[in-house]
Amino acid sequence: MEVLITLIIGVLTACGVYLALRARTFPVVLGLTLLSYAVNLFLFVTGRLTVGLPAVIAENSAGYADPLPQALVLTAIVISFAMTAFIIMLALKARAELGNDHVDGRPDPGAHS
Amino acid sequence: MNLLFVVLIPFVGAGLAAWVSRFGRLQSAWMAGGVAVAALLALSPSIAAPFLGETVIQRIPWLPGFGLDLMFRLDGLGLLFALMILGMGLLIILYARYYLAERDCMGRFYGYLLLFMGSMLGIVLSENLILLLMFWELTSLSSFLLISYWQHREDARTGARMALTVTGLGGVAMLGGFVLLGEIAGSYELSVILASGDLIRADPLYTPMLVLILLGALTKSAQFPFHFWLPHAMAAPTPVSAYLHSATLVKAGVFLLARLFPVLSGTVEWSILVMSAGLATLLLGAYFALFKHDLKGLLAYSTISHLGLITLLFGIGTPLAAVAGIFHIINHATFKASLFMAAGIIDHECGTRDMRRINGLWRYMPYTGTLAMVAAAAMAGVPLFNGFLSKEMFFAEAVDFSAGSPWRLFLPVAVLIAGMLAVAYSLRFIHDVFFNGDPIDLPKTPHEPPRWMKVPVEILVAVCLLVGILPAFTVAPLLYVAAVGVLQTTPPHYDLAIWHGINAALIMSLIALIGGILVYAGRQPLFRFAERLEGRIDAKAMYEQVLQGVLELAGAVTRTLDTGSLQRMILVFVLTALLLGTIGFLGGGAPLTGTRATLPVDAVSLLISMALILVAIWTLMLHRRRFTALIVMGALGLLVSLIFVKFSAPDLALTQLSVEVVTIVLLLLALYFLPQYSPAESSPARRIRDLVVAGLAGTGASLLTWSILTRPYDSIADFFLANSMPGGGGGNVVNVILVDFRGFDTLGEISVLALAGLGIYAMLRDLYLPGPVCDSRGHPWNWDVHPPIMAALTRLLLPLALLVSVFIFLRGHNLPGGGFIAGLITAVALIMQYLANGAEWTHNRMTSNLHPLIGAGLLIGTATGLVSMLLGYPFLTSAFTHVHWPLIGDFELASAIAFDLGVYLVVVGATLLILVHLGLMHNASHPAPADAPALPNHS
Repeated sequence: MEVLITLIIGVLTACGVYLALRARTFPVVLGLTLLSYAVNLFLFVTGRLTVGLPAVIAENSAGYADPLPQALVLTAIVISFAMTAFIIMLALKARAELGNDHVDGRPDPGAHS
Repeated sequence: MNLLFVVLIPFVGAGLAAWVSRFGRLQSAWMAGGVAVAALLALSPSIAAPFLGETVIQRIPWLPGFGLDLMFRLDGLGLLFALMILGMGLLIILYARYYLAERDCMGRFYGYLLLFMGSMLGIVLSENLILLLMFWELTSLSSFLLISYWQHREDARTGARMALTVTGLGGVAMLGGFVLLGEIAGSYELSVILASGDLIRADPLYTPMLVLILLGALTKSAQFPFHFWLPHAMAAPTPVSAYLHSATLVKAGVFLLARLFPVLSGTVEWSILVMSAGLATLLLGAYFALFKHDLKGLLAYSTISHLGLITLLFGIGTPLAAVAGIFHIINHATFKASLFMAAGIIDHECGTRDMRRINGLWRYMPYTGTLAMVAAAAMAGVPLFNGFLSKEMFFAEAVDFSAGSPWRLFLPVAVLIAGMLAVAYSLRFIHDVFFNGDPIDLPKTPHEPPRWMKVPVEILVAVCLLVGILPAFTVAPLLYVAAVGVLQTTPPHYDLAIWHGINAALIMSLIALIGGILVYAGRQPLFRFAERLEGRIDAKAMYEQVLQGVLELAGAVTRTLDTGSLQRMILVFVLTALLLGTIGFLGGGAPLTGTRATLPVDAVSLLISMALILVAIWTLMLHRRRFTALIVMGALGLLVSLIFVKFSAPDLALTQLSVEVVTIVLLLLALYFLPQYSPAESSPARRIRDLVVAGLAGTGASLLTWSILTRPYDSIADFFLANSMPGGGGGNVVNVILVDFRGFDTLGEISVLALAGLGIYAMLRDLYLPGPVCDSRGHPWNWDVHPPIMAALTRLLLPLALLVSVFIFLRGHNLPGGGFIAGLITAVALIMQYLANGAEWTHNRMTSNLHPLIGAGLLIGTATGLVSMLLGYPFLTSAFTHVHWPLIGDFELASAIAFDLGVYLVVVGATLLILVHLGLMHNASHPAPADAPALPNHS
């Protein structure tokens, strides 16, 4: 199971980094979203993998998953949403001010809309 | 405690003085005066202590773990300075009220002045070196504000910047010196340090520490070669110059020399460094003072010269010299402040400070002239004025120090020359201004200033005379306790009499007087000589060259690193992370795979994982077709939430699920305004490079995850699991951590969320983006009304969805759920209405002003924390009880629920704020089509 998680995090990171290196704002935002999936997953699994043992106190539970990374990731998910929202608004603002959606605000070379 | 208040009152008063200025010009002055008096009153209970031989030390625990307490100290030296700062401050406040013009903002002036006063008081009353340093930096900052008070003037800005740069750099050096000193002495408390002088002087780090501390002290006191900032600081309003350059800012440097005198002095290094700086400053300052045509310029250089004199005295290092140094600090403060004030009056009445134009003012303002003459006589060291007494002591010390040394004539001759120059420039200040013919082409006709503007000068001049004639009955007790404070022991015998019989010092004083008059009489050839030399040695030009060089270097570094390309910077960032990660992996030498047993793979997990990986890659491949890529990425988020389900994190799964919905809706809304396709811009080579970098980053992340996952670990989770029920009263440990154990973090996080929402709101205001006229395939944009079935259904679903969110909220403490998730569900339910019915329809039925919601959430969250503080517990401690309700059964009431409510409100408010305002932009982006049917308003 650990191999699968490892692969998932790796692929999400790679896709995220590649998209973040693109020249237009929208793919960069997608890339950052993928990266935040990867980071959230990574933080979550630092509590190691536990199957079927949620951190809800019960009388006869055999054990619990580590609640600490979960609590951290819960807020991280909400904050990543705020961050994504902020960046996409910046992208909109840049498009309004500069007339194109290049990440460096350069004039659009090929007319594509 | 009262010493803390002495320091704090001016800081609080600064705000008050600035605030009351809106009620009238004079209110600020009254308030500032009241603040200074209040600080004096706060000081008064401790004033007696130094005279009884006690040192007051007050400690307020602050950061005990770091050994840093708010510690204040009052001994004779601190008392002398505190009295000078407050007393002179009062006079300056009175004087400035008449000096400042109608258009100058009084509130800002007095606010800055009180800030500065508080910082100075902090320096002289600190017991802890670090605390002292903080106030030291505050004086640099507040003096910057004061010097640049006339912000519209270029010279004021330049002068302020120069003062800040020079004294700020000195402060940095001093920080280093203080850290060394503290480490050598084993404590940052002055009491300990002052008692361990021998230990400190014997330490091998003594010399670097001394150099660093002296850099701080000498830059502040404008000693050669750092003197050049002081004349440029004359661009400040004259009351500021009178305050900063008589009793306060520049005296902070000599205060430090005096403060650390018992610890640092008495070594060869001390003598060489301090004496040479002092002597050079004394001579250079006196020389330049004589040739300045600007009235304040003359005073500026004479200030530099007198500071050199004081520094030289401390450099000589004998107890008697230190006593003379303190005495001269007092005398210089009185006569220099009154001279500055007189110069300010002249400037005010004549409209210029050029001594080549101001002549013969005696006819116009004889009274001011008399006051200026007394002060100038004190500066020149004429008998019966206070400057004479300390200057005699100075001459005597110079002779004593040199007696028996091989170049025994050098020091006495040098100080004699400085004395003659002092007489000459004092004479020039009087003769050139008040006599010497008639005024030439003055902008105004001068006359005596308002009555009360002269009062501060009168008081200071009276002090000059009283101290000069009756030293034993006036200054002696204060000087004695200050000397005890400096030396930390009983000072040697000294005599404050005017007449000591005919001795070397008296003869030197007489020679200086006569010589000075002769120098002034023969000034014309000297002036011509000085004019030829002028500009040859220009410390300011050197400073500017250095500054220019530093700025160019910074510019070059920035240009190299910041090419203005985000792609390039992200690439550098990723590569750096890769490099550091590689070093970390290679350096450790530990095996990649740890010893922890892995879990077996089951078919469903394998399937989901494969799906997730494929969808991620698919998103990547599709990324140019933005709409499709976005939908595919939505699936990715859902799959991620399945991972949370699988690995025992129901709360995370719920959060991820609802966030995913909101995110995709948000990105869809935004995509409307953006191009639907990304052009293929990157060359194949570049794409391959990016793929390689991305692959490496992914591999790195995988390796890191793998090595973590296969290693056993020890978590602090047991604490939370054990204390969740008994301590937090909740069974859902994740939620209890969020609202209870780490409630403060959560408060911070919802603040970030609120800020992001407000930031976006601000960004979207007045933003206009044209909407597309056709869709991605070129079809004209469809203006169909919202589908009625969906509209009807979502309206029916709304109460149900809200009920679910309430349920999720209430059970959150014990079962998966809570404020974050419930807030997101509510937001989704409401956004559904917008989507199905249109923004306008929903808008008419629901408030669009979401700020109060966010504010209420933050307030509730903070108030919950404050209530527990009021009850005597740490911030955000939660309490809970079980209530038995009929029919419903046992129900738990926890204060954490209130906090969670705050979280809920902020999440709902911020999420809706973002989406609704983006949605509203759609309406503004295109005019409503004429042929579109009206939106159905009934259902």
